Amino acid sequence: MGDTVHEASGPYFAPAGGRPGLLGWITTTNHKRIGILYLSLIGTFFTAAVVLGVLMRIQMQSPGMRLMDARTYNVMFTLHGIIQIFLVVIPGIPTIFGNFALPMLIGSNDMAFPRLNLFSWYLFLAGALLAAVAVFTNGGAPDTGWTFYVPFSLKTTVNVPLATFAVFVLGMSSILTGINIVTTVHQLRAPGMTFFRMPLSVWGLYSTAWVQILATPIIGITMLLIVVERLFGIGVFDPTKGGDPLLYQHLFWIYSHPAVYIMILPAMGIISDIFPVFSRKNIFGYKMIAFSSLAIASVGSLVWGHHMYVSGQSDTADIVFSLLTFLVAVPSAIKVFNWIATMYKGSIRLDPPFLFALTFVVLFSVGGLTGLLLGALSSDVQLHDTYFVVGHFHYIIFGGFGFGLFAALHYWFPKMTGRMYSKRAAILGWLVTFVGFNAFYFPFLIMGWEGMPRRYYAYLPKFASLQGFSSVGSYVMVAGLAVIFVNLLVSARRGEKAPANPWGGATLEWTLPSPPPLESWEKAPTVVKGPYDFSGIEEGR
Amino acid sequence: MSERESAYDPDRGRIGMWLFICTEILIFGGLFLLYSVYRYKHSADFHAAALNLSRLDGTLNTMVLITSSLTAALGVHELRSGRPGRSRLYIACTLLLACVFLVVKAFEWGAKFEHGLYPGASHLLSLPPGQILYFGLYFTMTGLHAIHVIVGMGVFGFCLRSISKGSTSASRPVLIENATLFWHLVDIIWIFLFPLFYLIS
Repeated sequence: MGDTVHEASGPYFAPAGGRPGLLGWITTTNHKRIGILYLSLIGTFFTAAVVLGVLMRIQMQSPGMRLMDARTYNVMFTLHGIIQIFLVVIPGIPTIFGNFALPMLIGSNDMAFPRLNLFSWYLFLAGALLAAVAVFTNGGAPDTGWTFYVPFSLKTTVNVPLATFAVFVLGMSSILTGINIVTTVHQLRAPGMTFFRMPLSVWGLYSTAWVQILATPIIGITMLLIVVERLFGIGVFDPTKGGDPLLYQHLFWIYSHPAVYIMILPAMGIISDIFPVFSRKNIFGYKMIAFSSLAIASVGSLVWGHHMYVSGQSDTADIVFSLLTFLVAVPSAIKVFNWIATMYKGSIRLDPPFLFALTFVVLFSVGGLTGLLLGALSSDVQLHDTYFVVGHFHYIIFGGFGFGLFAALHYWFPKMTGRMYSKRAAILGWLVTFVGFNAFYFPFLIMGWEGMPRRYYAYLPKFASLQGFSSVGSYVMVAGLAVIFVNLLVSARRGEKAPANPWGGATLEWTLPSPPPLESWEKAPTVVKGPYDFSGIEEGR
Repeated sequence: MSERESAYDPDRGRIGMWLFICTEILIFGGLFLLYSVYRYKHSADFHAAALNLSRLDGTLNTMVLITSSLTAALGVHELRSGRPGRSRLYIACTLLLACVFLVVKAFEWGAKFEHGLYPGASHLLSLPPGQILYFGLYFTMTGLHAIHVIVGMGVFGFCLRSISKGSTSASRPVLIENATLFWHLVDIIWIFLFPLFYLIS
């Protein structure tokens, strides 16, 4: 234990006895450092995907715009989708905060499998590099959309096999992270940390990890089959050889719909942690929120057919999937009502993390309610493959995951860096992003309703004003994102020193210094109360 | 490393392995799903195509693989009873049987190639779609299974080294337990593949 005392004295990111510099980072098995490794990669990928998105919005600025031709536009939305889905949103919160925060939240010094944890980061990096190589080699970047639908993905001459193999590798990384999180939660909780004393963010990550373990293998084999089909022509998805393209869609969505819950559940968990802290009040309906996470994870695995109402599946399947889709809205609504009830008679402080959390609820509700229109059989026939779907999806994923991630970043930033950011700049960034976001995506819902198909690089003149407005909204949103990121990056170096518990949180990570040492605890803490019991904790500044 | 971290916790590795096995079953589950749909659609073609497979080879390989599972389990038993030498001997038997399995498999595949029954062969493409799909699935599923056999052999090789170094022992048996669990998984997948491809003619 003598070494531990020595190591514990410095912050986790200082080279304490270990290898200094970059080498010390890429050989680390420490959960906090691996979390930061993921953050740096995911931040880079997010920026790249935002740039692709803005290029598409410039193309759509006016009906006659010719920034790119149709094929380039196809490549743009494919890459934007692949990067955002597989490299940012799916890994996002489980890898960054599942690593950085989760062990501290349950009073453990590390994940259950530290070396496996580093290995899954390398798999993630390898998957990203493979995807990058696929863009530039062997026929060029894929133009299939991120869904790789057959038979087009079998016929197109571009580099689909390498891109789908990259998705397979990223899937393996995701599975290993899931296994690590489930095992950690079961085996490494501190004494007294019962399941119902776990912070709700841990419940969110835990439910997500199960989905990662149980759904990801299906996309793994599906992507491998695309590779095998392209290389050897086995025929299982090729209609000219008797294969059935609809089966591909089934296999694809058996994973990719649950993947939406991989994206949103951990964000919901973190939101459930933030609401009580900034309301100074215990969460309303702890068990309901915890179980609704599990309910979303299980029912959400049985709704994939709602992506295929117009693909030719049977009417019976349509009706069953539609019913299940409506059912999954129930646990989501439970969470929303519980968050709102948590604020009732609370002592509310509108600090940046809470502003992001509140907008999460607003935007997620818009996304959820528009989702019901898509889940209903009759209205989906009109709305399928229109901008309405794109708008709905971005309200859920950007409004939900994105704002959830920003909330988490602003919440744990003092813990991660040991410094405070400028609250005024953060609020400015939040406001501009929020306004730009709605100006950007709300017109999508209207245009989709009026019949604007998704994935077209040009459009009829009647959409000119809404498309133009939406493009301007996207520029505003990017300006807001820039304010947020510049504020965080500058503050990470120059911000004022953060206290151990800047927000007055009651979960275990706030009992550690900011930034925490490499080894959080010399002796495991004993937990005697729930995660939202604020008695005896000083209110944040 | 604090004491708590370095403390040996066998359950951690066991939980991790069982979760990993779930993912493996699901990976093959996707393929079994494809198999059942296509067999339902083209049952006559599947039966006709299965006539081309050698039941003798299939039965032989089934026996080889089940025996290799037995020797692996005996290897675990011997190690737990504190006889690492005999444990290594049993693991070596497993490795040998795995090689036999792969050799038989190679001859089988070779025979299919000679008869023009491989994906993309003009002879196969002239057959009805159900037969094309049958052989597409046959090569994919037995191929993926063979990759798992090879990976399992690698893991057992690692076990041999670990036992002789003493880092896997009667008091720390999780590595070999997990390797054997994985091997049983490989075995049980084959036990499903065998009737579905060889015995439906």
